[in-house]
Amino acid sequence: MEYGLDLEYSFNEFLKGFGLSSEIAHILWLPLPMLLVLVAAVVGVLVTVWLERKISAAAQQRIGPEYAGALGVLQPIADGLKLLVKEDIIPAKADGILFTAGPILVLVPVILSWLIVPFGQNLLISNVGIGIFLWIALSSIQPIGLLMSGYASNNKYSLLGGLRAAAQSISYEIPLALSVLAIVLMTNSLSTIDIVNQQSSAGILSWNIWRQPVGFIVFWICALAECERLPFDLPEAEEELVAGYQTEYAGMKFALFYLGSYINLILSALLVSILYLGGWGFPIPVELIAKFLNLPINAPFIQIFTASIGIVMTILKAYLLVFIAILLRWTTPRVRIDQLLDLGWKFLLPISLANLLITAGLKLAFPQFFGG
Amino acid sequence: MSIAITTQFICFTVLSLVILVGALGVVLLESIVYSAFLLGGVFMSVAGLYLLLNASFVAAAQVLVYVGAVNVLIIFAIMLVNKKEDLKPINNINSRRIISTSICLTLLSLLIRVDLTNVWSLSNPLNSVGEESTIRIGEHLFSDYLLPFEVASVLLLMAMIGAIVLARRDVMSKDISTGLPVDQELIEKSSEPLLTNKS
Repeated sequence: MEYGLDLEYSFNEFLKGFGLSSEIAHILWLPLPMLLVLVAAVVGVLVTVWLERKISAAAQQRIGPEYAGALGVLQPIADGLKLLVKEDIIPAKADGILFTAGPILVLVPVILSWLIVPFGQNLLISNVGIGIFLWIALSSIQPIGLLMSGYASNNKYSLLGGLRAAAQSISYEIPLALSVLAIVLMTNSLSTIDIVNQQSSAGILSWNIWRQPVGFIVFWICALAECERLPFDLPEAEEELVAGYQTEYAGMKFALFYLGSYINLILSALLVSILYLGGWGFPIPVELIAKFLNLPINAPFIQIFTASIGIVMTILKAYLLVFIAILLRWTTPRVRIDQLLDLGWKFLLPISLANLLITAGLKLAFPQFFGG
Repeated sequence: MSIAITTQFICFTVLSLVILVGALGVVLLESIVYSAFLLGGVFMSVAGLYLLLNASFVAAAQVLVYVGAVNVLIIFAIMLVNKKEDLKPINNINSRRIISTSICLTLLSLLIRVDLTNVWSLSNPLNSVGEESTIRIGEHLFSDYLLPFEVASVLLLMAMIGAIVLARRDVMSKDISTGLPVDQELIEKSSEPLLTNKS
């Protein structure tokens, strides 16, 4: 399966052509993917914010943003600029250090998790061996940032919001990890690349969603809960807690929370598409298309085609899921905190445990379908 | 020194400094909230040290278990009972401090002895496990370390049952510590909705 573009190798060879040593070439390479991912994440957020405003407007029979650019596409940029130039307020009785550190702790793990998101065979920052486990570990840091900002604001609504956020993310992390574990069991690997490759044998038919329907639903619910999206946005429930842990924040610090939540949403959508919807895979396997066109799989044209269709497919699947998440947000009511915890502990946890057990049994019974 | 080794050295120095300063802060700071957050920082830096040792799975597990679960629960508990009151002065504080310092020093000398006597260098550094470590850890957990692994899970189960017993006293007919019958009214007051029956 080792085909496809290897940009890092080509870049290093290109620099070596100018007489640079391979070490310096490597150091020059290092910041490029990181910058690319930061830009991709921020652009993704801008697109999602615009989608959210437009779709919510459509759901409520309004027009939505219209004047900033065609169809209001510049509206998110205007929002961002407004947040940039707003005054940065730290409340007088707040704890300054923790108040500043909180939003950073929320945002950094989310961006770090983009390390493992693949857009193609070699199109990811680092194919670390622990792959998807890294994301689970990193996403468990977030509640500390939320608790920190909730506590440091010195406001009862903020503290309640922070506590709710921590309780919610602890309870939903376990079913999330268990449903990922079922996928890992089928793949025999934690690496996101292997997880996608294992689904690429027969196009749409071999996607994990057919073999893990329960896991898919559990994962999606838990991902929405981890992102604090409606119907699970209790930590910032406007009617009860003003804005939860964000209440006292203004300007760029608020923008960090805002960015963090949207980057997290896109990241979750990307991971759902990687784990269950075949990642960068086209519904029809590329090998079949190559055979149909009578081209060898290593031909430059096919390689460019594969890489570009990989990026397009990943983003398309992710944004389809983002669309569903936005529709869910504007059409469903919020659950209560006891219903939320009941759902997590009494329904999703047993179901995901049973799913793991059944997957293990099926893997033993039908190794050719469920990974040998 | 090549660039990779320099980077490693800088990372190691920074991580060790953060661990030392953070751990001292956890013990010495007056505010319990700061101690708890610093503890999280110390756990993260230890995970960083594991990463430097090429043990990425252990590092991720450290973050997941210690930062994501243990530390979050500690902070959670502190915030639920965060009362602004001055702690009572403890009797014989000096003798207590002397005893705890001597215990810590004994532990430190034991660790130093282990550090000096153990052979740390690998016989063949190129033979290190690296990315395969996840598989190796799994193999060990289900073969020669099976018994400790299972005993640990039984321990966790016991702790969980204990916590449920302590938290849900209303399901017991007698109080566990005193043996007296439990006053059900005190534990679970019937909550009346605020807005109904107020016409």
